[in-house]
Amino acid sequence: MSDSNNAHNVSYLDYKGQYKGLSAWIFSTDHKRIGLLYLYTMLAFFSVGAILGLLMKTELIAPGATIMGPKAYNALFTLHGIIMIFIIVVPGLPAVFGNFFLPIMIGAKDVAFPRLNLLSWWLYVIGILIVLTSQFLGDGPPDTGWTFYAPYSFQTPANVLPAVFGAFVMGFSSILTGINFVVTIHRMRAPGMTWFKMPLFPWTLYGTAWIQILATPVIGITLLLIVAERLLGIGIFDPALGGDPILYQHLFWIYSHPAVYIMILPGMGVISEIIPVFSKKTIFGYKAIVLSTMAIAFVGYFVWGHHMFTSGMSGRALYTFSFLTFLVAIPSAIKVFNWVSTMHKGSLDMQTPFYWAVSFIFVFMIGGLTGLVLGSLATNVHVHDTHFVVAHFHYIVFGGTGYAFMAALHYWFPKMFGRMYDLGWANLGWGIFFIGFNALYLPMFFLGMQGMPRRYYDYLPDFHGGNIISSLGAWVMISGIIIIFANLIRSARHGKKTTQKNPWGGKTLEWQVETPPTLENFEEIPTIEKGPYHFGE
Amino acid sequence: MIEHRDDLASKMGMWLFIFTELLLFGMLFVVYAVYRSMHPEAFKLASEELDVVLGTFNTVILLISSMTVAMSITSIQKGNKKLAMTLLIITLVIAVVFLVNKYFEWGSKFEYGFNPGGEELLQLGHGTILFFGLYFVMTGIHAIHILIGVGLFIYVLLQLRKDKIHQTDYIWLENTGLYWHLVDLIWIFLFPLLYLIH
Repeated sequence: MSDSNNAHNVSYLDYKGQYKGLSAWIFSTDHKRIGLLYLYTMLAFFSVGAILGLLMKTELIAPGATIMGPKAYNALFTLHGIIMIFIIVVPGLPAVFGNFFLPIMIGAKDVAFPRLNLLSWWLYVIGILIVLTSQFLGDGPPDTGWTFYAPYSFQTPANVLPAVFGAFVMGFSSILTGINFVVTIHRMRAPGMTWFKMPLFPWTLYGTAWIQILATPVIGITLLLIVAERLLGIGIFDPALGGDPILYQHLFWIYSHPAVYIMILPGMGVISEIIPVFSKKTIFGYKAIVLSTMAIAFVGYFVWGHHMFTSGMSGRALYTFSFLTFLVAIPSAIKVFNWVSTMHKGSLDMQTPFYWAVSFIFVFMIGGLTGLVLGSLATNVHVHDTHFVVAHFHYIVFGGTGYAFMAALHYWFPKMFGRMYDLGWANLGWGIFFIGFNALYLPMFFLGMQGMPRRYYDYLPDFHGGNIISSLGAWVMISGIIIIFANLIRSARHGKKTTQKNPWGGKTLEWQVETPPTLENFEEIPTIEKGPYHFGE
Repeated sequence: MIEHRDDLASKMGMWLFIFTELLLFGMLFVVYAVYRSMHPEAFKLASEELDVVLGTFNTVILLISSMTVAMSITSIQKGNKKLAMTLLIITLVIAVVFLVNKYFEWGSKFEYGFNPGGEELLQLGHGTILFFGLYFVMTGIHAIHILIGVGLFIYVLLQLRKDKIHQTDYIWLENTGLYWHLVDLIWIFLFPLLYLIH
């Protein structure tokens, strides 16, 4: 090996392996390159999903058919849901930043199974391609919503089969990533890094990986049953043959509720990394954050019924699911208190990642507290299947995971690319995005309480006012996204070069390696003596 | 890059994968339990239609194959490559025999129109339709697992022949063995649920 190509002193971006050009990326088993592969795939599909969302909001700017009819609208919200859930937020933070930073943060050279890791990305891309065929082949795009509820999902003539099967393949990818991370964390921590000296982002990835392993097979078999139902007519969910559609809903949410925690837990991990660094203070209540992470991962399995309060369940089941749902609020609130206490009396360094982290706390609280409105039985019946629900889960999934993703991107960007983005444009993009986001989703809470149902292209004239604000908010938010992405993409290619190891003054291991990291991350595996957030008070 | 090897990690990964498989079939067992409690009579009558003799035979040979694959692992640990390969070939043959039996078993169901969507079946009650729907899904997914096992055995045999798997590096064989025990274990649950409980 020539010296200029030594794995210890060449950046992972410049390393020349046995492949060249595009192949050097799509066949690379380097966890950092795989992380970027996920990032690029996601940014591409996020743009598609966001445009679909924008089209829907534009349709809703006035009652009646504005730019599309009911069929197109049904197809749009289905595809928007499938893209945003299965392609973006479920793999989301673990696949991009988990792949890139988990090994570095625990002092390892790679994940436990690098080739399996590459296979995960390939399965993910194959799954996406299968899903996409549903749009162009057969009798029109699926119109079931991303939930594929029985019995409609096997009665509609639309091309549901590839969408369902694609989601199944992506589930495989998710399981393999989960297995990879659990084994990596168990086997590859640097000497001296005990469980309670592990940084919080790896901790949340650990909780998430367990949910990926234990919940994803349930959706796998459920989707396979839908496939069998459509192809063979086995009757398991078909009332005409004796099956029970409500059983489908149970099986679906047994996965899909824990999946919400697959989405949000790594986001909480990112925020727990950023807050102490920009407050220049040790994180408040490290163990409480760790334990609340595991508590959320655990309790999250037993709350799925709250998606089905109006589907028909025994009274006792209703109380139990409602009670357990309230229980999840406790560990979530513990985290919020920890973040706020960390900032208290800290010397705050107001930078872009910190803006994203603080606004995360703000929108996450709105999303979380409105979740309690939905979790209590009486109010749930009133707002079930209205725009209130849509607003709530966008505040959590987009407000929570989305903000955390942006925070992570702005926090780790200089490390990943060895270049710095323009801070002014980044802050402006954040500001416009934040205003647009709230203008878009806040009115939906009021519309929902007034009774505007979700998933219709049309509405009563009474709801017009709120919808105008909401649709205009969508346009503002998209402008913000364009500024943010344009700034980051330009900076990744032409931004100011930096080899500074630690631009923000972080204490975790990724700030002690080269910028950008070398192929093997560490010349010598470090020995860990202190906890991850020692700011020397 | 330097090849990093950690057999314990590989085995751990395999066990986690086995967890996911158990959950996958676990959900099918839940569906089975729900519908059995809704239609106990129909499930009892329908299960009497299955061929218990063929099922028992398949159970016995599958148990034997679990033993032969375990013996194959022990042989390679002791450095006896030839014995390890012989035992693995026996396992492979048994897997194929299992599938052939399954083919004939399914075939006779199709002949009587008891396949999903079959004319005879649709004339019967809901309970019977559900039972046969579950029978085909559960044994079908299990058969796919047997098929994957066959593929794995062939791969491991080739690696053994090329001495890529040997006395000090046999994790592929060991993990394939683990997988095969899982396939066996799931059948141990499927067999009584579908064929025996009356």
